[in-house]
Order: sequence, then C-alpha cells, then structure tokens
Amino acid sequence: MARNLSMKDAINEALDQEMTKDPTVIVMGEDIVGGSGSPGENDAWGGVLGVTKGLYAKHGDRLMDTPLSESAYIGAAVGAATCGLRPVAELMFLDFMGVCFDQIFNQAAKFRYMFGGKAETPVTIRAMVGAGFRAAAQHSQMLTPIFTHIPGLKVVCPSNAYDAKGLLIQSIRDNDPVIFCEHKNLYAAETDVPEESYTVPFGEANIVREGGDATIVGYGLMVHRAGEAAETLAGEGIQCEIIDLRTLSPIDTDTVVESVENTGRLICVDEANPRCSIAADIAATVSQEAFASLKAAPQLVTAPHTPVPFSPALEDLYIPSAERIVDAVRKTMAP
Amino acid sequence: MSEANITPVLMPKWGLSMSEGVLVDWLVDEGAEIAVGDEIMEVETDKIASAVEAADAGILRRRVGAAGETYPIRALLGVLAPPEVEDDIIDAYIAAYEVPADEDDEEAAASLYEFVDTAAGRLRFARRGDDGPSLVLIHGFGGDLDNWLFNIDALAERARVYAFDLPGHGQSVKTLEDPSLVGLAAALQAFLDAIEIDSAHLVGHSMGAAVAARFACDAPARVQSLTLIGAAGLGPAINSAYIDGFVGAASRRELKPVLFNLFADSELVNRGMVDDLLKYKRIDGVQEALSSLAAELFPGGVQSAQLAGQIDASGLSTLAIWGSDDAVIPAAQAQALNNAVVEIIDGAGHMVQMEKASAVNALILTHIFKGDATKLRPWPGIPGDGY
Repeated sequence: MARNLSMKDAINEALDQEMTKDPTVIVMGEDIVGGSGSPGENDAWGGVLGVTKGLYAKHGDRLMDTPLSESAYIGAAVGAATCGLRPVAELMFLDFMGVCFDQIFNQAAKFRYMFGGKAETPVTIRAMVGAGFRAAAQHSQMLTPIFTHIPGLKVVCPSNAYDAKGLLIQSIRDNDPVIFCEHKNLYAAETDVPEESYTVPFGEANIVREGGDATIVGYGLMVHRAGEAAETLAGEGIQCEIIDLRTLSPIDTDTVVESVENTGRLICVDEANPRCSIAADIAATVSQEAFASLKAAPQLVTAPHTPVPFSPALEDLYIPSAERIVDAVRKTMAP
Repeated sequence: MSEANITPVLMPKWGLSMSEGVLVDWLVDEGAEIAVGDEIMEVETDKIASAVEAADAGILRRRVGAAGETYPIRALLGVLAPPEVEDDIIDAYIAAYEVPADEDDEEAAASLYEFVDTAAGRLRFARRGDDGPSLVLIHGFGGDLDNWLFNIDALAERARVYAFDLPGHGQSVKTLEDPSLVGLAAALQAFLDAIEIDSAHLVGHSMGAAVAARFACDAPARVQSLTLIGAAGLGPAINSAYIDGFVGAASRRELKPVLFNLFADSELVNRGMVDDLLKYKRIDGVQEALSSLAAELFPGGVQSAQLAGQIDASGLSTLAIWGSDDAVIPAAQAQALNNAVVEIIDGAGHMVQMEKASAVNALILTHIFKGDATKLRPWPGIPGDGY
C-alpha cells in the first residue's frame, strides 16, 4: 500500500526494512543512535537531521555511534564490508569526505579490480549534499562529480521519496561501494511511497515530464527547478522533456541521447561547480553521440566556480534557479 | 431558449484515482454532428491515453477545451446544442459553467481503495455501486484492479461492483501460497468469504477469466454467471513472447514494446502505464510471483489449463468477449465454448475492456440482466442501443 511519505521518512524506512530483512546490514555514523523509543535525551537524536530516528530502539547495537573521526569509521565500514557485512555508514555531510578519501577512492573503489573480482565491498556511504540550508561553504557543496569521476564507485542522488527508498535498498543490496547523496532541501518533500520493500535499478534515468521541444537533464533538487521552468515555458508553448538521472554512476546517457534526438535541444542543470561537472559530462556525451540532432549549442546551467556563499542573498543566487533554466531553454529556441 | 437544450462535453473521470487529464486533441470539428459512441477527443491521464466516446448526441457547437491543455475532471471541454440555440446563449452557458466540486474530495480519495484480510492474505479491493446484483471483476496476469478503470463506474450504475488485486499483484500480498489456477481460485473464494458475498456474477480478464472459470466449475453455487474476456484456459496457444517479455523486462526500454502486444492501438501505452508497471514489478516478491505463475500456467509457452469442457458442463450462463486483434490469446479460442454467447469486438486487442470499454460494459450488463430486461435502461455509448 502506498502512502505519502517524506524523503527523510522513506530513507528511514529503507534502512529499517533492510535491517529487518538482512542481519548483516549495520548502520554506523556520528550521532545516529537515539531517537524515539530511546531513553532520556537520546530521544532527540537519530542523526544530525533525525534520519535514523527510532532505528536504535528496533535494531539495537547494529547501529553504532562512532567517534568524530570519519577516517576511522569510514575505513571500518569498508573493512567490515569486505568481511561479509553490509554496512551503511553516514558521513553526515559529503563535504567531510576529505579526511576519509583514501578509504573511499583508493581502497573501497579498487578492491574488486585489484583482487581480480574475488573481493566485494558492499558498503553504502550516505551523506547530505547541496546548498540552500544556510550552512556555509563547508556543509553545502554538491561534490557528486568527484565521486562520479572514480571507477569502482556507484553514485546515487535521488530527487524524491519514492526513488530514495528504492535506490537506497538497491544500494544496500549492491555488492559494490555506493555513495548515496541526499539533498538536505528535499528531506521534507513528499511523494507516494509503497509500504513494501522495492528497488529502483542503477543506471536508469527517469523521464519526469515529456515534451518535444527541449531536453532538460538534472538530478536531485535541480529536477524540481527544471519542473518549475518547464511549467513557465509550457505557458509560452514550449514543451520541455525533463530527465532525472537518478544515478550518476552508472549514468543513463542512452535515455538522454534518445530524448535529444527527438527534441534537438539540450539543457544540462547541475548544482555542482561547472568544471568537470555532470552537466559538462552530459553535454560532451550528447555532442559526440547526437551532434547531427542538435539544433542549438547545449546549454549548461550550474553553480558558479566559487565556494557556496554564507550570505543568504548570495547563496540563493549561487543555486541554479528556474529563471536561469528558462533563459537557457529560450537561448536554445532562438533562431 | 433554455439551457435544457445544451449538453456539456466534460473531461471524463476514468477510474478511481484520476483528478485531471490532458485534452490531447479534438477528433471532430465545430459544427460536426455527433452520434452517441463517436470518438470525439483524445484524452491522456497519468495511466493511459485513450479516445473519448460521446455519451450524448448533438451538434458540437463549441470546442471550449484547447488541445494540449490539462483540465480537472468534469471541466467543460465542449458544448453540444441544436442549431437553433443562439451563440450568445452558448457563450453565457460557457461563462456560467463551474466545475462541480467533488463531494468530500478527501473522503472520496481515502475510500478509493480498501484492504481486507483474507485466508489468502491481505488483499486490496475497490467497491462501487449501492444496489443490484454483485459483480466481481478479476484482472489478468501482471494486472491489477485498475485494469477496470473504464468499467467499474459504468457497471456500478446497475450493480454492486467489486474489483480486487489477486495475490502477487497490484497492492495485495505479494506471496503466493499456491502459484496455480487452483491457488488463485482459492484466493477468489477467500476474497468472497472475507467481504461476505455468497454468490456473484464473475467477470474475468485473461488469466482472471481462467480463475473465474476454475472457481465456477468447483463452486457453481456461488457463481451466477461468467463473463470471460480475452480468456485464458480455453486453448493451448498463448503469445509466449509476451509472457516471457513481461516477466523478464527490467527497464522501461524493455517493457514498453512488450506492452504494445496488449492493445490494437499501441498509442495507448504511455509513460505512466510503463512506469506504474515497473514500480509494481520492482516490489519485493513480485518477480518470484510472476515467474512461478508463468511456469505453472504457461509452461513451455503453452496454456496448461483447458477448461472449456467443464465450463460447458457447468451449465452456467457464459459470455465470452474478445478483441478481434488480440495478440496475446487468439480470439479463435472462443470457439472452444459450445454453450456460451461469443462477442468479438472489432479493432480491439487483448485489453478490450479498456480499448472498447462502453461496448464491453454494455455486453456485461446485458448478460447479467438477461431474462430481466426491465432492469436495463438504455445504455449510452452503444450505437443503436443494442439490447
């Protein structure tokens, strides 16, 4: 049975159901224990934004509060994964990956390859991404391109509660390391979510809206900004197709190319900084594979090449807006 | 000149969850003479795209709705009126028209679907209609109760209609205790027991028709009549590429062409339909349920159950409806029945109850009220009122 659920609750439910189903699933991270059912002040905890609230009461010591040392517990999670557990480690903010990057890109990402396929590392690293939370330059970045760049890692960034639950279950069951990016400004967004466990496969983009005039590609929060832009443009008779990539590695370029072969116009929206971004990658791929179909130069709508500003006014300007997407689409429509 | 001469053309409400639809295009021009049953416009919802048949006759004086626009259900899309009605009367009618508010929208939404715990597990169902005989709708392999979205409300005008999701399907329990026709017939019995229906008219589609027939042959006292639509269980042949494709498809790209097999007009397969089916297939347990059912019912691409002889012997009043272009189970298999009324509907595929809904609805009602014609009012949507 489906009911309306926020993305935060959908993620909680995915963790709960996989922990119930599979005793090898463990959850570890900073301040993740606690939440409803726990005694005393613990009731207020359950992760920095309460995503794991209530899980400790149900699953006990399979949730581990770790010291404030990402280097240590991300390494421990990777090691546990190679030894038969399916750890879900919460890195809190993806911005903190700097201190545990070797564990992720030089260890977890390489084991399957370097051990000739004999080693598996079924670890999921959950972390918050994205700006708009007034959390300043060290807690607001969209670092998805950095992980997408590295072979051996799978990178996921859902735009809604339904996808978040299915993709997280898929991540936990997957035998490779997965970087699971949760946009903090989408935690409260609700969609219909089935009560049952289900998966959403990696490498399958979602066509959120169909249209024949222009293709807008994005992920995470940008899917919603694209939706606002498409509404505005529909009022002018311009029909946009919106593609939600859902996973950035593997990435479903086939769906994007097919769409551009139909529309002839491509607008790539990315909350990440522009150099070596997902937007740049998609634009390059489409230019190479569907050049003959393009009626205009692909447009990139991204954050600027600056840190995320702390000033609210500047932060709002930093994040790609529906207006900028509308302008970019119009640019591709110009004769 | 009064408004009594003006007949509105409204955005239809298809099925339980529709709140709005896109008027894809008009199929008739202003000034055209419309007969009941004429296809007048194309409408697309998040579930399906389909032509809308006129429920009333008249001259289309005004197209109010614009192609490509989205409208709520019951929004005014066009105006039918005789030539003597003056333009300013029509203008005033259009200006004054208000979309009627849904009676207690929230309450209605909450009661769209119900759940009942049965001996076969928790089953989802919908019920419509306040009086008349009980009519139970049973969907096919991989389907769910929304397969009846063009039927349930129309049938409910004369009957108490129940549609439910078989175990392993829709939003019912996904585990199948016994993945066989006998097991599914037991689930039907469990459903009837749980909602306390002693006997009912059964309407089954495809595999659901075989379930209905299996149950009817085993428990004839609980079945008042059988309507078998694009039925399984009447012949050996079945499109095994469809079955294998449906079970095996893991992505939108794989599933969409498989679904083309279901309709004479493949344009009906839209993104919403493909996405909904993928979401269903990706629920834990569904893949196993479908695989085990397919292995039991269609081993080696051949139907294992042959029920025609038993259906004939049961003496039950039986109607078989088939789309002439059924690409999943050939319409010729209706010939296996010797004691049934057989209706082949031209230009329809396997999902004939969706593609030619008003014709199918009329046939079902005619069938269940056979011998009691006084219960039948003229049915809009069948050219010439085919009773």
